[in-house]
Order: sequence, then C-alpha cells, then structure tokens
Amino acid sequence: MKKIFGRPDGLTDTLLRYCPGCGHGIVHRIIGDLLVTLNIRERAVGIAPVGCSVFADEYFNCDMIQPPHGRGPAVSTGIKRSRPDCIVFSYQGDGDLAAIGTAEIIHAGARNENITIIFINNAIFGMTGGQLAPTTLPGMKSTTSVQGRDIEKQGYPIKVCELLSGLDGPYYLERCAVDTPKNIIKTEKAIKTAFKNQIDNKGFSMVEILSMCPTGWGKTPIQAKKWITDVMAQYYPLGVFCDRSKEEK
Amino acid sequence: MAEKRLMYGNHAVVEGVIAAGCRFFAGYPITPQNEIPELMSIRMNAIGGVFIQTESEIAAINMLFGAAAAGKRAMTSSSSPGISLMQEGISYIAGADMPVLVVNVIRGGPGLGNIAPAQSDYYQATRGGGHGDYFTITLAPNSGQDLFEFPKLAFELAEKYRNPALILADGLLGQMMEPVEFSYEPIDPKSLPEKEWALSGCKNRERRVVRSYDLKPGKLEEWNWRRLKKYEAIKKNEQRFEAIDCDDADLVVVAYGTCSRVSGAAVRMARVKGLKVGLLRPITLWPFPTDVLRDMSQRVENFLVVEMSCGQMIDDVKLATECRSKIHFHGRPGGGVPTPPEVFTKIEQALGGGR
Repeated sequence: MKKIFGRPDGLTDTLLRYCPGCGHGIVHRIIGDLLVTLNIRERAVGIAPVGCSVFADEYFNCDMIQPPHGRGPAVSTGIKRSRPDCIVFSYQGDGDLAAIGTAEIIHAGARNENITIIFINNAIFGMTGGQLAPTTLPGMKSTTSVQGRDIEKQGYPIKVCELLSGLDGPYYLERCAVDTPKNIIKTEKAIKTAFKNQIDNKGFSMVEILSMCPTGWGKTPIQAKKWITDVMAQYYPLGVFCDRSKEEK
Repeated sequence: MAEKRLMYGNHAVVEGVIAAGCRFFAGYPITPQNEIPELMSIRMNAIGGVFIQTESEIAAINMLFGAAAAGKRAMTSSSSPGISLMQEGISYIAGADMPVLVVNVIRGGPGLGNIAPAQSDYYQATRGGGHGDYFTITLAPNSGQDLFEFPKLAFELAEKYRNPALILADGLLGQMMEPVEFSYEPIDPKSLPEKEWALSGCKNRERRVVRSYDLKPGKLEEWNWRRLKKYEAIKKNEQRFEAIDCDDADLVVVAYGTCSRVSGAAVRMARVKGLKVGLLRPITLWPFPTDVLRDMSQRVENFLVVEMSCGQMIDDVKLATECRSKIHFHGRPGGGVPTPPEVFTKIEQALGGGR
C-alpha cells in the first residue's frame, strides 16, 4: 500500500502528550515539516519554553535546549551570536513570552536578532491548570478569574504583534490561527517566511498563532476552534503587522 | 619577559578573559564594575568577539546559557544586586551542567546598599545561590595579577567539571591600580577543542538536548546524586589556598580577597612585635580549603577570621576546625574595609595581650 501521509523527519518518534484538540500538535507538525523541506534540520537549534510545550525538546528532531521561563529570546541570542550558521528558533507560549519574558522578547526584537520566534497564544496558562494569562480576553473565565477577567482589577490583555510593531527593530511580524484548514495553510506560509528570513540573515521574525486550548477553556475541540474564529480572532486580528522586505523593494 | 602594565583590577579581568580565549560577553552596567563592560565593548569589537549590553542581568545570564550550550567560552560581570537577579539562570546552568564564568565585583548590601567594597555575598556564592541542590566553583582573587590569571583557571575548572564558575572580587580590587604581568600566551579560541555536548546542529550525529528538568519518577533524584559525585571530586581535587607564616603560628588569620591583603599587613606587624601569627588565605571559597584548616586546628589554638561582612566565611572555618580551636572574628559589613592596625589589635586581643 502506498503511504501518502506520515510523520515528518523533523519530529521524533515520540507520542505527543498534548490534550485532544490542542493546537500545539498542528504547529509542531508545521515546524517538523519545514525543518525538512527548508533543509535546516541539521543546523537547527530549538528552544523549548516552560509550559505545556516544555516537552518540545523531546518532540523536535534537532538539537534542543530548555531554558528558564520566558528567557527563550535571550538564550536564542546567545546561541545565534555564538554560532551564526545555526538556525535558531524559540517556541513560546503566552505566559512565557508575554508575561514573564516580556523584556526579553521586546529587546530581542529591538536588536533585530536574527532568530525565529513561534508564539502560541491560547489566552490561558495551560500547563499549570488554566490560570489567567497576559492574553486572556476581557470577561474570559480562568481559574484565577472565575467570574471572568475583570479589567478594573486585572487589566487588559497584551496584543504582542501590535506592541512589537511599534519598534523599529523587528523584520517580520504576523498573527495567524490554526482554527481552520485555510488558516493552518496560512500559518505554515508565515512560519516558512520566518525561517527563510533567518536563513537570508534578515533578522527578527515572529509568528503569533491563535491556538486552541479546549481543556483550559472548558470547551470541546470543535467549540474551541469555533471560539477562535468567532471571538478570539476578533480581539486579536489576523494579518501581517510588519514586513520589512516590502521596504527593501 | 612578559608584558607588564599598570592597570585597574576591572581592566585586568577583561584582559584575562580575552587571553583565556573567551569571545562572548553579555552584561548590564552596575557600579563598581562598569570598567569591565566598557573596556570589553572596545576589545571585543576589535577582535571580532561578541559584546552585548543587555536589557537586564536576567537576559545576560541566559545569553551565557545559550552561548555555553553552543560550546563557547562565555562570561558576564556584575555586582551584588545584579548577581542576585542572575541566580535563576545560574541554577538552570548548574542544572544543565554547563560551564560559564560569572564575575561578581561585590558592593555593600543588602538591597541597593552602596557602591563600596564588601564580601557579603559569600553565602550566596558558596551555597549555590539559587534554588536546588548545586554549587558553583568560586575563586577569590586578591590582586590585579589574580584578576588577570583567574579567568583562565575558572574556564578550565568550569569546563573540566561542566559547572558554572564564579570569581568573587570586590569594589576595592576592581578599582585599585596595580602592576599586572601578562603572564601567559593568549589562547586562540579556535585552538580550544569542540565540546562533545555542544549544540551546533545535528549533522552526522544524534541530536543533543540541553535541559535541567526530568519529570520521570526517580530520574531527577538519580541525576542529583550523580552531580553530587562531581561536587565530591571538586572538593577532593580543587581546594586552593595560600599559607604564610603558619608553621609555628599560635594564631592564624583566615581572610580572602581584599581582607587577605589587609590581614597580611597586620600579620607582618605582629611578627615584628614577636608574635607568632600566620595567614591562611582561601583562594577557592567553594570548594573551601577545609583539609588544610582541619590539619592546622590540630595544633593552632586560635583562628581570627577577618571579613567585610557580619561573618559568613566564619561558618566554614568553624566547620573545618571542628570545635578544636578558638575562633575569633573581625568584620566590617556594609562597605566598611578593615585597616591593618584594626586587625593587629584583634590579633593582640585574641592572644590575650593588647589593650
């Protein structure tokens, strides 16, 4: 029988521990594919965050490092500056990147470090059990905002692409989602651009991905992807926020 | 003869680090060590090394984590409050068994404290400093010459044992000018062997993973016990000290860094007065030179510990001497620096004489 679909060589032969309907697996597969199709697996160094995707260091079939919570962009900087030939990518969640690691992501962007950031925004702390994230929507329930996020007391969410696009440094910023096949294809295209920018020495490229967390949200997988389409993508509009290649033409 | 220059201690560190083949510096300004990043920015630029002025000490130590994991010699420098910020990163680096060099030019604390010399970060340096069961190799220079030579030693020890290394200086050593001999040939970083654990892309080999966690039941416990064996080897092999006039001493002053220079002068005053006094200067603070102190305590009745703190190293002296000797103390916390006459008076008092 002819095999028409399989695990890409960019992923190890390990069972993913993610919950049913979680978006991490989709993004992992995209990265695993691109490591092979862009022929960068053998010079890639990936950074696993703290959070559900801490196990990314077991899943991506390339050299990996697992640094402290939020410090991925700083560790990436250390690796990339030491070995400019390596393709360095930092995979981070919203707690990692937009709460504890806010300083590191802003300054890596401001320096236009030649690294690739994959930012999973699921508006919740998944690994620790569904607490309020810096990206939790106003009114959205979490285990530390059981009545819904009260902006009077808990402030507003952080829109990372909008925030970083205020800087002169970053080369490429795009927000995607993995709620529909069409958006998944767009996500793959954006991540490919983010890697190609690094290969071409263009600089800091980040793809923010709105991603389902059915467990943290208390929804079924189908309800969760519909919630991204109907609610989350309305608050976090999809699109390209910065692409300096346009200025070069 | 090797080149000799009159230079600041902080500048001697920079030349020592570069001569040791290190081409990666990341750091954040803080007094009294600013001369290190300032000169480093010029020197690294000139020789094609990496210099990054970071957004915080947290970023700096994590850049070191990345550079070290990539197999390169990497260092940062800071002073006490900045070193506190780095503790999370140092814990991860120790947990991932990576070699880095951290230089702490200690200032008065706690809190923002002041910018005067101090030794009050001894506990932090010698007890791990961050969370978890770990230790950092800690060297205590007491001259510009040491500040030039210790970076090479620190990198060698850090790489031999795959462990972070600290150089514990203070504001006085950093700001003092002394003649420094460039006592060894600079190391070409290209001549350093590739690390068999470095992240560099998995071409023609199995992929490598650098991490400090293991969630499988029992595995982290095993890992910690394995690391303890490494610490035991370091304690056995790497205790370093300098002993002056200790052989016939009725009293031995124990002091490191700046305090060992001050105490050395006090010991000379005592000898002139006919008192049998010696000086033991720990060079490694971790591993602490326990063995020599244990031996000395069989015959030396009095030890005087001199520190620029409320008394931290004194605990290690007490542990090493196992209650056999009398332990006296003279301390100056919060940026105070003892003078030789001050220490001499303490020596006289400890020996039952004096005023």
